[in-house]
Amino acid sequence: MSVVLGILGAVALLLGIVILAAVLTWAERRLLGFWQDRLGPNRVGWEGTLQVVADMIKIFFKEDWVPAFSDRVLFVAAPVIVMATVVLAFAVVPVTGSMGIAPDLNVGLLFFLAMTSLSVYGVVLAGWASNSKFSLLGGMRAAAQMMSYEVFMGLAVIGVVMLSGSFDLREIVRAQAKIWYVVPQFLGFVLFLIAGIAEAHRLPFDLPEGENELGAGFHTEYSSMKFGMFFVGEYAGIVLISAMVVVLYFGGWLGPVLPPVVWFAGKVAVFVAFFILLRAALPRPRYDQLMSYGWKMMLPLSVVNIAVTGALMLAG
Amino acid sequence: MFILSALRTCWLTFLHLFHKTETQQYPEQKPKLARRFRGRIVLTRDPDGRERCVSCHLCSAVCPCDCIDLQKSATEGDWTPAYFRINFSRCIFCGFCEEACPTSAIQLVPDFEMSEFSRQSLVYEKEHLLIAGTGKDASYNFFKVAGVLGAGAAPKTPKSLMP
Repeated sequence: MSVVLGILGAVALLLGIVILAAVLTWAERRLLGFWQDRLGPNRVGWEGTLQVVADMIKIFFKEDWVPAFSDRVLFVAAPVIVMATVVLAFAVVPVTGSMGIAPDLNVGLLFFLAMTSLSVYGVVLAGWASNSKFSLLGGMRAAAQMMSYEVFMGLAVIGVVMLSGSFDLREIVRAQAKIWYVVPQFLGFVLFLIAGIAEAHRLPFDLPEGENELGAGFHTEYSSMKFGMFFVGEYAGIVLISAMVVVLYFGGWLGPVLPPVVWFAGKVAVFVAFFILLRAALPRPRYDQLMSYGWKMMLPLSVVNIAVTGALMLAG
Repeated sequence: MFILSALRTCWLTFLHLFHKTETQQYPEQKPKLARRFRGRIVLTRDPDGRERCVSCHLCSAVCPCDCIDLQKSATEGDWTPAYFRINFSRCIFCGFCEEACPTSAIQLVPDFEMSEFSRQSLVYEKEHLLIAGTGKDASYNFFKVAGVLGAGAAPKTPKSLMP
């Protein structure tokens, strides 16, 4: 019985994420519109909410084309990897104290890091399997970017793990009952957020896609629902990173008066909106600038963060 | 510091949420067109209700894209065109025809909603172009100033027009 319930829960989560990601495509375009003094899509349905449905119908009816020059197996596998890893990572996100697929996994944080690391395979393989210049460049950039930003993403969350003494995300949230970790771990929060943006390859760190230099980067050759899966994967990635920021630094579901789910959803929504705001506001750095920020600034800072946190813990 | 400038950019962009949007919701919200807007071309009549056009071909000659075609009627003394055809799929709405017209017959009016499903429907004949009124130039009457109506009529001597 519990197995069936677990599977049902997982399916519900999967559907929820996919629908959420689809709705995000509309929300992003609306918000970008407002921030650029436009209106965005507001025609289909109430205030354009059915735009999602229209886009879905359109993308399902597109020709699902695999280029003859591509590596067929990898080409098909790549979008699956991207989407599967992102959705799998959601399994450990504790929505509330009791909601979530496996919120009490004792290596939850490590599982999240592992899944985000794996998702880069999807991007790199897509770039490789497409067998075209732009895709390959996008894939290479993705590999380099992920490698350099993964490193200090892991190091940035160590501070939280040290303070809470646990890799269990639920425990980490509970440890924030007194004070959210954004206060004692502010540097860690900033570093994690930047690494998260790079991880979700969103602007200003969307070099793997870089649509005005690389066509569409790693997914240049993709069409129809394979492209759709990359798309859903990207938006689910935004939600995932936002959820992790909330869980690790902003006390997850904790908050007065309102029910925990509302608190969690509200905090996540704020960060998702912030991600979109970044896209509206910031230009993309050059490739070498991106690398030098990563290795010369973020990595030393995250090591400093660990050292200072450790020193303060020993002192206090 | 680029971090600070990036944050400032984010904040300024965020404030645009409370700005007025520039978008005009076109079909519901019609744009305000100036009176001298160069849109659809019409053929007007003089205050007496006669067709102003005297088939002088100046508009057709000045047209940079050769979209105007007309022919004087075969009846002697009748200077109105037998047919007057404008191909709006070629017209660039430059207004040269209006400038060239000596009788104020051809005029551009503030209307641009003339989409069609077939290209052929964009070829307007005289009955589509001719309107009942005088257009922008309400009082001008060519035959009161120059030219004489009717069969066998000779043009006025220009000397009478001189001061």
